[in-house]
Amino acid sequence: MRKTSHAGEAVARVLIWAAAVFVMALLAFIITYLLVKGLPMIDWAFLTEIPRDMGREGGISSAIVGTLMITAIAVAIATPFGIGTAFYLSEYRKAGVATRLIRFCAESLAGIPSIVYGLFGFIFFVIYLNMGWSALSGGLTLAFMILPTIIRTSEEAIRAVPGIYRDVSFSLGATKWQTIYKAVLPSALPGIANGLILSVGRCIAETAAVIYTAGSVLRMPSSIFSPTRSMAVHFYILASERISMDNAYGTAALLIILIFIINVVANAIVNGLAKKGA
Amino acid sequence: MRVKIEVKNLSYYFGQERVIKDLSLRIPENVIFSVLGPARSGVTTLLRTLNRLSDLNPETRTEGEVLLDGEDVLAKDVNVTELRRRVGMVFDVPTPLPLSVYDNVAYGPRLRGTKGRKALADCVEGALRTAALWDDVKDRLNVPAMSLSGGQQQRLCIARVLAQGPEVILLDRPCSGLDPISTSKIEDSLIRLKESVTVVIAPHNVQQAGRISDRVAFMLMGRLIEEGETKKVFVSPEFRETSDYITGRFG
Repeated sequence: MRKTSHAGEAVARVLIWAAAVFVMALLAFIITYLLVKGLPMIDWAFLTEIPRDMGREGGISSAIVGTLMITAIAVAIATPFGIGTAFYLSEYRKAGVATRLIRFCAESLAGIPSIVYGLFGFIFFVIYLNMGWSALSGGLTLAFMILPTIIRTSEEAIRAVPGIYRDVSFSLGATKWQTIYKAVLPSALPGIANGLILSVGRCIAETAAVIYTAGSVLRMPSSIFSPTRSMAVHFYILASERISMDNAYGTAALLIILIFIINVVANAIVNGLAKKGA
Repeated sequence: MRVKIEVKNLSYYFGQERVIKDLSLRIPENVIFSVLGPARSGVTTLLRTLNRLSDLNPETRTEGEVLLDGEDVLAKDVNVTELRRRVGMVFDVPTPLPLSVYDNVAYGPRLRGTKGRKALADCVEGALRTAALWDDVKDRLNVPAMSLSGGQQQRLCIARVLAQGPEVILLDRPCSGLDPISTSKIEDSLIRLKESVTVVIAPHNVQQAGRISDRVAFMLMGRLIEEGETKKVFVSPEFRETSDYITGRFG
Protein backbone atom coordinates (compact mmCIF):
# COMPACT_ATOMS: atom_id res chain seq x y z
CA MET A 1 0.00 0.00 0.00
CA ARG A 2 1.22 3.46 -0.81
CA LYS A 3 1.00 6.41 1.37
CA THR A 4 -1.48 8.90 0.02
CA SER A 5 -1.02 12.57 0.69
CA HIS A 6 -3.92 14.82 1.48
CA ALA A 7 -3.70 18.55 1.07
CA GLY A 8 -6.08 18.93 4.02
CA GLU A 9 -3.73 17.01 6.32
CA ALA A 10 -0.81 19.26 5.50
CA VAL A 11 -2.84 22.46 5.91
CA ALA A 12 -4.22 21.29 9.26
CA ARG A 13 -0.77 20.36 10.50
CA VAL A 14 0.66 23.74 9.55
CA LEU A 15 -2.24 25.67 11.13
CA ILE A 16 -2.11 23.73 14.36
CA TRP A 17 1.65 24.06 14.50
CA ALA A 18 1.40 27.80 13.82
CA ALA A 19 -1.16 28.26 16.59
CA ALA A 20 1.05 26.50 19.11
CA VAL A 21 4.17 28.38 18.05
CA PHE A 22 2.34 31.72 18.16
CA VAL A 23 1.11 31.12 21.69
CA MET A 24 4.49 29.93 22.92
CA ALA A 25 6.29 32.82 21.29
CA LEU A 26 3.89 35.31 22.85
CA LEU A 27 4.35 33.80 26.30
CA ALA A 28 8.09 33.61 25.88
CA PHE A 29 8.18 37.26 24.79
CA ILE A 30 6.18 38.51 27.78
CA ILE A 31 8.16 36.50 30.27
CA THR A 32 11.54 37.33 28.73
CA TYR A 33 10.69 41.01 28.52
CA LEU A 34 9.69 41.16 32.19
CA LEU A 35 12.66 39.11 33.31
CA VAL A 36 15.14 41.16 31.29
CA LYS A 37 13.73 44.38 32.68
CA GLY A 38 13.08 43.09 36.19
CA LEU A 39 15.78 40.57 37.08
CA PRO A 40 18.60 43.17 37.35
CA MET A 41 16.56 44.89 40.06
CA ILE A 42 16.32 41.78 42.19
CA ASP A 43 19.05 41.32 44.74
CA TRP A 44 19.20 40.42 48.41
CA ALA A 45 18.32 43.95 49.50
CA PHE A 46 15.30 44.03 47.18
CA LEU A 47 13.99 40.88 48.84
CA THR A 48 14.70 41.81 52.44
CA GLU A 49 14.29 45.57 52.72
CA ILE A 50 11.13 47.52 53.31
CA PRO A 51 10.14 49.99 50.57
CA ARG A 52 11.30 53.53 51.19
CA ASP A 53 10.16 56.81 49.66
CA MET A 54 6.86 55.34 48.33
CA GLY A 55 8.75 52.47 46.74
CA ARG A 56 11.31 54.48 44.83
CA GLU A 57 14.01 53.11 47.08
CA GLY A 58 14.46 49.99 49.16
CA GLY A 59 13.04 46.55 48.57
CA ILE A 60 9.62 44.98 48.67
CA SER A 61 9.87 42.63 51.65
CA SER A 62 6.66 43.90 53.25
CA ALA A 63 4.76 43.33 49.99
CA ILE A 64 6.10 39.78 49.74
CA VAL A 65 5.00 39.03 53.29
CA GLY A 66 1.64 40.70 52.68
CA THR A 67 1.05 38.70 49.51
CA LEU A 68 1.88 35.42 51.20
CA MET A 69 -0.33 36.26 54.20
CA ILE A 70 -3.35 37.19 52.10
CA THR A 71 -2.94 34.15 49.87
CA ALA A 72 -2.49 31.78 52.80
CA ILE A 73 -5.61 33.11 54.53
CA ALA A 74 -7.69 32.89 51.35
CA VAL A 75 -6.62 29.35 50.51
CA ALA A 76 -6.87 28.14 54.11
CA ILE A 77 -10.46 29.36 54.35
CA ALA A 78 -11.72 28.54 50.86
CA THR A 79 -10.24 25.03 50.67
CA PRO A 80 -12.34 23.26 53.33
CA PHE A 81 -15.55 24.99 52.22
CA GLY A 82 -14.85 24.42 48.55
CA ILE A 83 -13.93 20.75 48.87
CA GLY A 84 -16.79 20.18 51.32
CA THR A 85 -19.27 21.68 48.86
CA ALA A 86 -17.81 19.60 46.05
CA PHE A 87 -18.25 16.39 48.04
CA TYR A 88 -21.77 17.43 49.01
CA LEU A 89 -22.67 18.01 45.37
CA SER A 90 -21.12 14.83 44.05
CA GLU A 91 -21.51 12.28 46.85
CA TYR A 92 -24.23 13.31 49.28
CA ARG A 93 -26.83 14.87 47.09
CA LYS A 94 -28.75 13.34 44.22
CA ALA A 95 -28.82 15.55 41.14
CA GLY A 96 -31.81 17.82 41.54
CA VAL A 97 -32.97 21.36 42.17
CA ALA A 98 -30.65 21.88 45.13
CA THR A 99 -27.49 20.79 43.31
CA ARG A 100 -28.40 22.86 40.29
CA LEU A 101 -29.01 25.87 42.50
CA ILE A 102 -25.67 25.51 44.27
CA ARG A 103 -23.85 24.99 40.99
CA PHE A 104 -25.62 28.01 39.49
CA CYS A 105 -24.57 30.13 42.45
CA ALA A 106 -20.98 28.94 42.20
CA GLU A 107 -20.86 29.65 38.49
CA SER A 108 -22.36 33.09 38.98
CA LEU A 109 -19.74 33.80 41.62
CA ALA A 110 -17.08 32.76 39.13
CA GLY A 111 -18.34 35.32 36.61
CA ILE A 112 -18.25 38.33 38.92
CA PRO A 113 -15.40 40.77 38.16
CA SER A 114 -12.84 40.83 40.91
CA ILE A 115 -13.35 44.54 41.56
CA VAL A 116 -16.91 43.76 42.63
CA TYR A 117 -15.50 41.33 45.18
CA GLY A 118 -13.25 44.14 46.29
CA LEU A 119 -16.21 46.45 46.77
CA PHE A 120 -18.15 43.76 48.61
CA GLY A 121 -15.17 43.01 50.84
CA PHE A 122 -14.71 46.69 51.53
CA ILE A 123 -18.34 47.17 52.56
CA PHE A 124 -18.77 43.89 54.43
CA PHE A 125 -15.41 43.06 56.05
CA VAL A 126 -13.65 46.41 56.21
CA ILE A 127 -16.59 48.56 57.26
CA TYR A 128 -19.53 46.46 58.44
CA LEU A 129 -17.50 43.88 60.38
CA ASN A 130 -15.06 46.61 61.32
CA MET A 131 -11.98 44.61 60.38
CA GLY A 132 -10.46 47.63 58.71
CA TRP A 133 -8.01 47.36 55.85
CA SER A 134 -6.16 44.22 56.83
CA ALA A 135 -4.58 41.05 55.51
CA LEU A 136 -7.58 39.25 57.04
CA SER A 137 -10.15 41.31 55.10
CA GLY A 138 -8.15 40.81 51.92
CA GLY A 139 -7.78 37.08 52.51
CA LEU A 140 -11.48 36.61 53.25
CA THR A 141 -12.44 38.53 50.13
CA LEU A 142 -10.11 36.44 47.98
CA ALA A 143 -11.50 33.30 49.63
CA PHE A 144 -14.92 34.21 48.20
CA MET A 145 -13.33 34.87 44.84
CA ILE A 146 -11.56 31.52 44.51
CA LEU A 147 -14.36 29.43 46.03
CA PRO A 148 -16.07 28.71 42.68
CA THR A 149 -12.80 27.55 41.10
CA ILE A 150 -12.11 25.19 43.98
CA ILE A 151 -15.68 23.84 43.98
CA ARG A 152 -15.73 23.21 40.27
CA THR A 153 -12.29 21.63 39.89
CA SER A 154 -12.80 19.51 43.01
CA GLU A 155 -16.21 18.33 41.87
CA GLU A 156 -14.81 17.35 38.48
CA ALA A 157 -11.97 15.47 40.13
CA ILE A 158 -14.37 13.63 42.45
CA ARG A 159 -16.70 12.73 39.61
CA ALA A 160 -13.78 11.35 37.63
CA VAL A 161 -13.11 8.75 40.34
CA PRO A 162 -14.38 5.43 38.94
CA GLY A 163 -17.66 4.38 40.55
CA ILE A 164 -16.31 0.90 41.12
CA TYR A 165 -13.99 2.22 43.87
CA ARG A 166 -17.06 3.16 45.85
CA ASP A 167 -18.66 -0.26 45.28
CA VAL A 168 -15.45 -1.97 46.35
CA SER A 169 -15.10 0.11 49.47
CA PHE A 170 -18.73 -0.43 50.45
CA SER A 171 -18.42 -4.14 49.70
CA LEU A 172 -15.56 -4.30 52.20
CA GLY A 173 -17.87 -2.91 54.83
CA ALA A 174 -16.83 0.73 54.77
CA THR A 175 -19.30 3.43 55.72
CA LYS A 176 -19.97 6.38 53.46
CA TRP A 177 -17.47 8.67 55.14
CA GLN A 178 -14.81 5.93 55.27
CA THR A 179 -15.37 5.35 51.56
CA ILE A 180 -14.98 9.02 50.75
CA TYR A 181 -11.97 9.48 52.97
CA LYS A 182 -10.08 6.29 52.13
CA ALA A 183 -11.09 5.40 48.56
CA VAL A 184 -12.43 8.50 46.78
CA LEU A 185 -10.35 11.33 48.22
CA PRO A 186 -6.92 9.77 47.47
CA SER A 187 -7.74 9.34 43.79
CA ALA A 188 -9.37 12.75 43.52
CA LEU A 189 -6.50 14.50 45.30
CA PRO A 190 -4.32 15.32 42.27
CA GLY A 191 -7.29 16.98 40.55
CA ILE A 192 -8.28 18.84 43.68
CA ALA A 193 -4.70 20.01 44.14
CA ASN A 194 -4.70 21.33 40.58
CA GLY A 195 -7.66 23.55 41.42
CA LEU A 196 -5.87 24.79 44.51
CA ILE A 197 -2.76 25.68 42.49
CA LEU A 198 -4.90 27.68 40.08
CA SER A 199 -6.47 29.46 43.03
CA VAL A 200 -3.13 30.29 44.61
CA GLY A 201 -2.03 31.82 41.33
CA ARG A 202 -5.14 33.95 41.14
CA CYS A 203 -4.70 35.14 44.73
CA ILE A 204 -1.10 36.15 44.18
CA ALA A 205 -1.92 38.00 40.99
CA GLU A 206 -5.06 39.77 42.23
CA THR A 207 -5.05 43.54 42.57
CA ALA A 208 -8.55 44.99 42.37
CA ALA A 209 -10.08 42.89 45.13
CA VAL A 210 -7.07 43.38 47.40
CA ILE A 211 -6.51 47.10 47.09
CA TYR A 212 -9.94 47.83 48.63
CA THR A 213 -9.72 45.29 51.40
CA ALA A 214 -6.11 44.88 52.47
CA GLY A 215 -5.14 48.45 51.76
CA SER A 216 -1.89 49.67 50.28
CA VAL A 217 0.24 50.36 53.30
CA LEU A 218 3.98 49.85 52.86
CA ARG A 219 4.75 48.96 56.48
CA MET A 220 5.65 45.39 57.37
CA PRO A 221 2.40 43.77 58.59
CA SER A 222 2.72 42.70 62.22
CA SER A 223 -0.32 40.41 62.25
CA ILE A 224 -3.24 39.36 60.07
CA PHE A 225 -5.08 42.41 61.39
CA SER A 226 -2.52 44.82 59.95
CA PRO A 227 -3.16 46.58 56.67
CA THR A 228 -0.73 45.56 53.98
CA ARG A 229 0.07 45.86 50.31
CA SER A 230 0.34 42.85 48.03
CA MET A 231 3.03 42.58 45.36
CA ALA A 232 0.49 42.96 42.56
CA VAL A 233 -0.91 46.12 44.16
CA HIS A 234 2.61 47.43 44.74
CA PHE A 235 3.42 46.86 41.09
CA TYR A 236 0.20 48.55 40.02
CA ILE A 237 0.81 51.63 42.13
CA LEU A 238 4.47 51.92 41.18
CA ALA A 239 3.63 51.72 37.50
CA SER A 240 0.38 53.69 37.35
CA GLU A 241 1.70 56.55 39.45
CA ARG A 242 5.06 56.44 37.69
CA ILE A 243 6.86 56.14 40.99
CA SER A 244 9.54 53.75 39.81
CA MET A 245 9.28 51.68 36.66
CA ASP A 246 12.46 49.84 37.59
CA ASN A 247 11.08 48.63 40.88
CA ALA A 248 7.77 47.84 39.20
CA TYR A 249 9.56 45.54 36.76
CA GLY A 250 11.48 43.98 39.63
CA THR A 251 8.25 43.27 41.44
CA ALA A 252 6.64 41.83 38.31
CA ALA A 253 9.62 39.56 37.68
CA LEU A 254 9.53 38.34 41.26
CA LEU A 255 5.77 37.73 40.95
CA ILE A 256 6.37 35.53 37.92
CA ILE A 257 9.19 33.65 39.63
CA LEU A 258 7.02 33.11 42.71
CA ILE A 259 4.14 31.70 40.68
CA PHE A 260 6.59 29.53 38.74
CA ILE A 261 8.08 28.14 41.97
CA ILE A 262 4.64 27.44 43.42
CA ASN A 263 3.62 25.59 40.27
CA VAL A 264 6.76 23.46 40.23
CA VAL A 265 6.53 22.59 43.92
CA ALA A 266 2.80 21.89 43.76
CA ASN A 267 3.21 19.72 40.68
CA ALA A 268 5.91 17.73 42.42
CA ILE A 269 3.58 17.19 45.38
CA VAL A 270 0.68 16.22 43.13
CA ASN A 271 2.82 13.77 41.18
CA GLY A 272 4.02 12.31 44.45
CA LEU A 273 0.43 11.86 45.58
CA ALA A 274 -0.61 10.31 42.29
CA LYS A 275 2.31 7.91 42.24
CA LYS A 276 1.48 6.47 45.64
CA GLY A 277 -1.66 4.91 44.24
CA ALA A 278 -1.44 4.29 40.54
CA MET B 1 -25.86 -30.27 54.74
CA ARG B 2 -26.41 -27.12 56.71
CA VAL B 3 -28.05 -24.27 54.80
CA LYS B 4 -25.92 -21.13 54.84
CA ILE B 5 -28.11 -18.83 52.77
CA GLU B 6 -31.78 -19.25 52.14
CA VAL B 7 -33.49 -16.97 49.66
CA LYS B 8 -37.26 -16.90 50.16
CA ASN B 9 -39.61 -15.47 47.56
CA LEU B 10 -37.19 -12.71 46.64
CA SER B 11 -38.32 -10.06 44.21
CA TYR B 12 -36.15 -7.14 43.22
CA TYR B 13 -37.45 -4.01 41.58
CA PHE B 14 -35.38 -1.52 39.67
CA GLY B 15 -37.77 1.39 39.31
CA GLN B 16 -40.79 -0.18 37.68
CA GLU B 17 -38.92 -3.14 36.30
CA ARG B 18 -38.91 -6.41 38.24
CA VAL B 19 -35.40 -7.77 37.81
CA ILE B 20 -35.76 -10.80 40.10
CA LYS B 21 -39.08 -12.55 40.20
CA ASP B 22 -40.20 -14.49 43.26
CA LEU B 23 -36.99 -16.43 43.58
CA SER B 24 -36.38 -19.08 46.25
CA LEU B 25 -33.08 -20.86 46.70
CA ARG B 26 -31.06 -22.69 49.34
CA ILE B 27 -27.28 -22.48 49.37
CA PRO B 28 -25.60 -25.07 51.59
CA GLU B 29 -22.53 -24.32 53.67
CA ASN B 30 -19.01 -25.05 52.36
CA VAL B 31 -19.85 -25.60 48.72
CA ILE B 32 -19.14 -23.81 45.50
CA PHE B 33 -22.51 -22.71 44.28
CA SER B 34 -22.74 -21.46 40.69
CA VAL B 35 -25.50 -19.21 39.46
CA LEU B 36 -25.73 -19.45 35.69
CA GLY B 37 -27.70 -17.30 33.33
CA PRO B 38 -27.37 -15.21 30.19
CA ALA B 39 -26.92 -11.45 30.35
CA ARG B 40 -29.78 -9.56 32.00
CA SER B 41 -31.09 -12.67 33.71
CA GLY B 42 -30.64 -11.17 37.19
CA VAL B 43 -27.56 -13.13 38.29
CA THR B 44 -25.48 -10.09 39.23
CA THR B 45 -28.44 -8.49 40.96
CA LEU B 46 -29.02 -11.65 42.99
CA LEU B 47 -25.38 -11.67 44.11
CA ARG B 48 -25.45 -8.01 45.02
CA THR B 49 -28.62 -8.49 47.02
CA LEU B 50 -26.98 -11.16 49.20
CA ASN B 51 -24.73 -8.55 50.84
CA ARG B 52 -26.98 -5.57 50.21
CA LEU B 53 -24.65 -3.86 47.75
CA SER B 54 -27.89 -3.38 45.86
CA ASP B 55 -28.76 -0.77 48.50
CA LEU B 56 -26.35 1.64 46.82
CA ASN B 57 -28.93 2.37 44.16
CA PRO B 58 -31.77 4.25 45.80
CA GLU B 59 -34.30 3.50 43.07
CA THR B 60 -34.52 -0.15 43.99
CA ARG B 61 -36.78 -2.15 46.27
CA THR B 62 -36.84 -5.75 47.45
CA GLU B 63 -39.56 -8.11 48.61
CA GLY B 64 -39.08 -11.44 50.33
CA GLU B 65 -36.27 -12.61 52.57
CA VAL B 66 -32.60 -13.52 52.35
CA LEU B 67 -31.69 -15.57 55.42
CA LEU B 68 -28.03 -15.83 56.40
CA ASP B 69 -27.79 -18.45 59.13
CA GLY B 70 -31.52 -17.96 59.58
CA GLU B 71 -31.35 -14.18 59.97
CA ASP B 72 -32.99 -11.91 57.40
CA VAL B 73 -30.28 -9.68 55.93
CA LEU B 74 -32.85 -7.52 54.14
CA ALA B 75 -34.34 -6.38 57.45
CA LYS B 76 -34.05 -2.65 58.09
CA ASP B 77 -32.11 -2.93 61.34
CA VAL B 78 -29.35 -5.17 59.96
CA ASN B 79 -25.80 -3.91 60.49
CA VAL B 80 -24.84 -3.68 56.81
CA THR B 81 -21.17 -3.11 57.57
CA GLU B 82 -20.95 -6.36 59.54
CA LEU B 83 -23.01 -8.16 56.90
CA ARG B 84 -20.54 -7.13 54.21
CA ARG B 85 -17.65 -8.34 56.32
CA ARG B 86 -19.33 -11.74 56.59
CA VAL B 87 -20.40 -11.80 52.93
CA GLY B 88 -17.58 -10.46 50.75
CA MET B 89 -17.72 -9.63 47.07
CA VAL B 90 -15.30 -9.98 44.14
CA PHE B 91 -16.27 -8.07 41.01
CA ASP B 92 -16.17 -8.97 37.33
CA VAL B 93 -13.17 -6.77 36.62
CA PRO B 94 -10.14 -6.62 38.90
CA THR B 95 -10.74 -3.63 41.13
CA PRO B 96 -7.70 -2.76 43.17
CA LEU B 97 -8.12 0.52 44.97
CA PRO B 98 -5.45 3.11 44.09
CA LEU B 99 -3.35 2.02 47.06
CA SER B 100 -0.39 -0.29 47.57
CA VAL B 101 -0.77 -4.08 47.51
CA TYR B 102 -0.52 -4.16 51.29
CA ASP B 103 -2.98 -1.34 51.88
CA ASN B 104 -5.52 -2.97 49.58
CA VAL B 105 -5.53 -6.17 51.60
CA ALA B 106 -5.43 -4.28 54.90
CA TYR B 107 -8.35 -2.05 53.86
CA GLY B 108 -11.10 -4.09 55.52
CA PRO B 109 -9.23 -5.04 58.71
CA ARG B 110 -8.22 -1.40 59.23
CA LEU B 111 -11.83 -0.27 58.90
CA ARG B 112 -12.68 -2.64 61.75
CA GLY B 113 -9.88 -1.23 63.84
CA THR B 114 -7.38 -4.08 63.60
CA LYS B 115 -4.44 -2.43 65.32
CA GLY B 116 -0.84 -3.39 65.74
CA ARG B 117 1.59 -3.85 62.90
CA LYS B 118 2.11 -7.52 63.65
CA ALA B 119 -1.57 -8.47 63.78
CA LEU B 120 -2.25 -6.58 60.56
CA ALA B 121 0.80 -7.98 58.79
CA ASP B 122 -0.17 -11.53 59.78
CA CYS B 123 -3.69 -10.98 58.56
CA VAL B 124 -2.45 -9.63 55.20
CA GLU B 125 0.06 -12.43 54.75
CA GLY B 126 -2.50 -15.12 55.58
CA ALA B 127 -5.00 -13.70 53.11
CA LEU B 128 -2.40 -13.40 50.35
CA ARG B 129 -1.23 -16.96 50.95
CA THR B 130 -4.74 -18.36 50.77
CA ALA B 131 -5.32 -16.45 47.55
CA ALA B 132 -2.07 -17.94 46.18
CA LEU B 133 -0.57 -14.52 45.64
CA TRP B 134 1.96 -14.34 48.47
CA ASP B 135 4.88 -15.71 46.51
CA ASP B 136 4.22 -13.25 43.68
CA VAL B 137 4.11 -10.14 45.83
CA LYS B 138 5.93 -10.81 49.10
CA ASP B 139 8.88 -8.68 48.00
CA ARG B 140 6.81 -5.80 46.71
CA LEU B 141 3.97 -5.28 49.11
CA ASN B 142 4.40 -1.53 48.80
CA VAL B 143 4.13 -1.19 45.04
CA PRO B 144 0.85 0.21 43.69
CA ALA B 145 -1.70 -2.57 43.28
CA MET B 146 -2.40 -1.30 39.77
CA SER B 147 1.07 -2.40 38.67
CA LEU B 148 0.20 -6.09 39.11
CA SER B 149 -1.02 -8.15 36.16
CA GLY B 150 -4.75 -8.63 35.65
CA GLY B 151 -4.74 -12.12 37.13
CA GLN B 152 -2.68 -11.01 40.11
CA GLN B 153 -5.03 -8.06 40.65
CA GLN B 154 -8.02 -10.36 40.75
CA ARG B 155 -6.30 -12.67 43.25
CA LEU B 156 -5.48 -9.55 45.24
CA CYS B 157 -9.19 -8.75 45.28
CA ILE B 158 -9.90 -12.24 46.61
CA ALA B 159 -7.21 -11.80 49.26
CA ARG B 160 -8.74 -8.47 50.19
CA VAL B 161 -12.06 -10.17 50.85
CA LEU B 162 -10.36 -13.05 52.72
CA ALA B 163 -8.57 -10.62 55.03
CA GLN B 164 -11.95 -9.81 56.51
CA GLY B 165 -12.52 -13.38 57.63
CA PRO B 166 -15.71 -13.82 55.59
CA GLU B 167 -18.21 -16.68 55.84
CA VAL B 168 -19.46 -16.29 52.27
CA ILE B 169 -17.66 -15.02 49.18
CA LEU B 170 -19.64 -13.77 46.21
CA LEU B 171 -17.83 -13.71 42.88
CA ASP B 172 -19.42 -12.04 39.88
CA ARG B 173 -17.76 -13.50 36.75
CA PRO B 174 -14.35 -13.13 38.40
CA CYS B 175 -12.38 -14.55 35.48
CA SER B 176 -14.04 -12.75 32.61
CA GLY B 177 -10.97 -10.82 31.48
CA LEU B 178 -8.33 -13.34 32.48
CA ASP B 179 -6.13 -15.79 30.63
CA PRO B 180 -6.54 -19.57 31.19
CA ILE B 181 -3.59 -19.85 33.58
CA SER B 182 -4.82 -17.08 35.85
CA THR B 183 -8.29 -18.55 35.63
CA SER B 184 -7.13 -21.97 36.75
CA LYS B 185 -5.16 -20.45 39.65
CA ILE B 186 -8.29 -18.71 40.85
CA GLU B 187 -10.37 -21.83 40.42
CA ASP B 188 -7.84 -23.81 42.48
CA SER B 189 -8.02 -21.19 45.22
CA LEU B 190 -11.80 -21.37 45.27
CA ILE B 191 -11.78 -25.15 45.58
CA ARG B 192 -9.44 -24.87 48.57
CA LEU B 193 -11.50 -22.06 50.03
CA LYS B 194 -14.76 -23.93 50.21
CA GLU B 195 -13.44 -25.87 53.20
CA SER B 196 -13.76 -22.74 55.26
CA VAL B 197 -16.22 -20.53 53.43
CA THR B 198 -19.26 -20.78 51.20
CA VAL B 199 -18.55 -19.68 47.64
CA VAL B 200 -21.32 -18.25 45.46
CA ILE B 201 -20.08 -17.59 41.95
CA ALA B 202 -21.50 -16.34 38.71
CA PRO B 203 -19.11 -18.27 36.42
CA HIS B 204 -18.00 -16.63 33.22
CA ASN B 205 -19.03 -19.68 31.23
CA VAL B 206 -20.78 -23.00 31.57
CA GLN B 207 -17.51 -24.96 31.50
CA GLN B 208 -16.26 -23.14 34.56
CA ALA B 209 -19.44 -24.01 36.43
CA GLY B 210 -18.92 -27.63 35.44
CA ARG B 211 -15.30 -27.64 36.59
CA ILE B 212 -15.63 -26.19 40.03
CA SER B 213 -19.15 -26.11 41.39
CA ASP B 214 -20.94 -28.57 43.62
CA ARG B 215 -24.33 -27.17 42.84
CA VAL B 216 -25.64 -24.93 40.08
CA ALA B 217 -28.70 -22.76 39.70
CA PHE B 218 -29.91 -21.57 36.33
CA MET B 219 -31.68 -18.23 36.02
CA LEU B 220 -33.50 -16.77 33.06
CA MET B 221 -35.25 -13.39 32.87
CA GLY B 222 -35.13 -12.98 36.63
CA ARG B 223 -36.64 -16.37 37.41
CA LEU B 224 -34.98 -19.46 38.81
CA ILE B 225 -35.43 -22.20 36.21
CA GLU B 226 -33.78 -25.00 38.13
CA GLU B 227 -31.25 -25.77 40.80
CA GLY B 228 -29.45 -28.92 41.84
CA GLU B 229 -26.21 -30.87 41.99
CA THR B 230 -23.93 -29.87 39.16
CA LYS B 231 -23.69 -33.37 37.73
CA LYS B 232 -27.42 -33.85 37.74
CA VAL B 233 -28.22 -30.50 36.18
CA PHE B 234 -25.55 -30.95 33.52
CA VAL B 235 -26.39 -34.55 32.62
CA SER B 236 -30.15 -34.55 32.89
CA PRO B 237 -31.59 -31.08 33.27
CA GLU B 238 -35.29 -30.99 33.97
CA PHE B 239 -36.07 -28.06 31.74
CA ARG B 240 -35.52 -27.42 28.11
CA GLU B 241 -34.18 -23.88 28.73
CA THR B 242 -31.48 -25.27 30.99
CA SER B 243 -30.29 -27.86 28.52
CA ASP B 244 -30.35 -25.31 25.70
CA TYR B 245 -28.22 -22.94 27.73
CA ILE B 246 -25.77 -25.57 28.93
CA THR B 247 -25.26 -26.95 25.46
CA GLY B 248 -24.68 -23.47 24.15
CA ARG B 249 -27.74 -23.06 22.03
CA PHE B 250 -28.26 -19.57 23.43
CA GLY B 251 -26.74 -17.26 25.98
